[in-house]
Amino acid sequence: MQQEYTYAVARIRYRENKLLNDADLNTLLSAKNADAVIRQLRDKGWGDNTGTDDPDSLLRREREKVWEFIDEIVPDKSVFDFLLIPNDFHNLKVAIKSITRDMKPDDMLLHNATIDPMTIYDAVSKREYDSLPDFLAETAKQAMSVLLQTSDGQLCDIIIDKACMEYVEKLGKASSEEIIRLYCELFVASADIKIAIRSAHTKKRLDFIQRSLAACETLDVDRLASAASLSYEDVLKYLETTRYSSAIPAIRVSMSAFEKWCDDTITEAMKPQKWEPFTIGPVVAYLIARENEIKAVRMILSAKINGLSDDVIKERLRMMYV
Amino acid sequence: MQEFFNNSGLFFALLGAAIATLMAGIGSAIGVGKAGVAAAGVLAEEPSLFGKVLIFQLLPATQGIYGLLVGFLILSNVGLIGEPKDISVLQGMLYFASALPIAFAGLWSAVYQSKCAVAGISTVAKKPDQMGKAIILPAMVETYAILALLISILAIFGIAAM
Repeated sequence: MQQEYTYAVARIRYRENKLLNDADLNTLLSAKNADAVIRQLRDKGWGDNTGTDDPDSLLRREREKVWEFIDEIVPDKSVFDFLLIPNDFHNLKVAIKSITRDMKPDDMLLHNATIDPMTIYDAVSKREYDSLPDFLAETAKQAMSVLLQTSDGQLCDIIIDKACMEYVEKLGKASSEEIIRLYCELFVASADIKIAIRSAHTKKRLDFIQRSLAACETLDVDRLASAASLSYEDVLKYLETTRYSSAIPAIRVSMSAFEKWCDDTITEAMKPQKWEPFTIGPVVAYLIARENEIKAVRMILSAKINGLSDDVIKERLRMMYV
Repeated sequence: MQEFFNNSGLFFALLGAAIATLMAGIGSAIGVGKAGVAAAGVLAEEPSLFGKVLIFQLLPATQGIYGLLVGFLILSNVGLIGEPKDISVLQGMLYFASALPIAFAGLWSAVYQSKCAVAGISTVAKKPDQMGKAIILPAMVETYAILALLISILAIFGIAAM
């Protein structure tokens, strides 16, 4: 019998009222400066009582609050592995690079992951890969030896990124929740498309591209790799034959426009979760919506701090869930 | 054996009373429990909504009361409450049959009404001013429990008048 999340969804429903909508973002955008934005966010309950006005601390605290809330309402956090696993792979990357460069990793590690980042760091530094979970152990060993033998940081990144994409894809396929399957598929497909576009721009060789791309259901990675080895236009020509044809105008604008397209596609797909009372779907949708919200606020704050025009930011702001 | 057969009318009648109370009661217990979980979730966020979510939680409770009513009517008609009566096997089986509508419709309507009540609680959590509309939807499910109750009661009175 499928587990029900009635209690969690009821709490999420109330909290959805507090999510920022498009009008809220416009109000934040029209604020005079970053301090005014932070003041408005504090009025909406962002941050905590420490009174710090540092934008990074505010956003970090907000992300922590989201996960503290999730811990409270969902006893088994493993259903969110598909969101947290990429942070484990990021931490692995940081650990390997900081160990080989004899640097301290502290600031770059992400603590919101399935494994304590220092566990990864210790395992890699002592070469005790068996103490890592299966999904990381082999990748850690391979990436570390490649980096030590070739000193090629890019190759090390490719090994870790591909392993991450393959694992997320596996989690998506194993999930019975439509929104999780869609998110995982789009996560891998969008990463593949970005790799293909960058490879086409930098004229990478076919074997390099093939090694970088992870298989997914909605893309034929062999065709995508071949197209990327030819030209940028060939990549777009191939994408026209896939379900990502509607992303082509965004890809032509820029990579960040494509990222916005991906986020908006997920937001659109998760809107029906607003009426679902029992499954984990609304909790996942809330988590993704909060992440998008934090992303949007970060953009607005950077724009205010760096004096960018509101129009530039408006183009980049994601569609909101509510 | 002969004595058992002679008294089995009473046995079937009692079985009917038991099944009406039991199944409708199980449905209500599941329903009230499920709606209660959602109500607790909303209260953790906004305690001032207690009055509103309590009404939703109580909606699936009525089927249990209907089952109890039918059970009570059967018991009093066959003389298990009040003056003892002679009940034939046929009468006992008819009483048993009369309990079935509220037993089954009570169970399933309570379970499905609770699903609707949970959705209603979500609506109130988001839009407390929509309480009136949100409560009508799970109340519609009640119709079928009431129809079943009506048939069960008419059947019981019909058998008593035979």
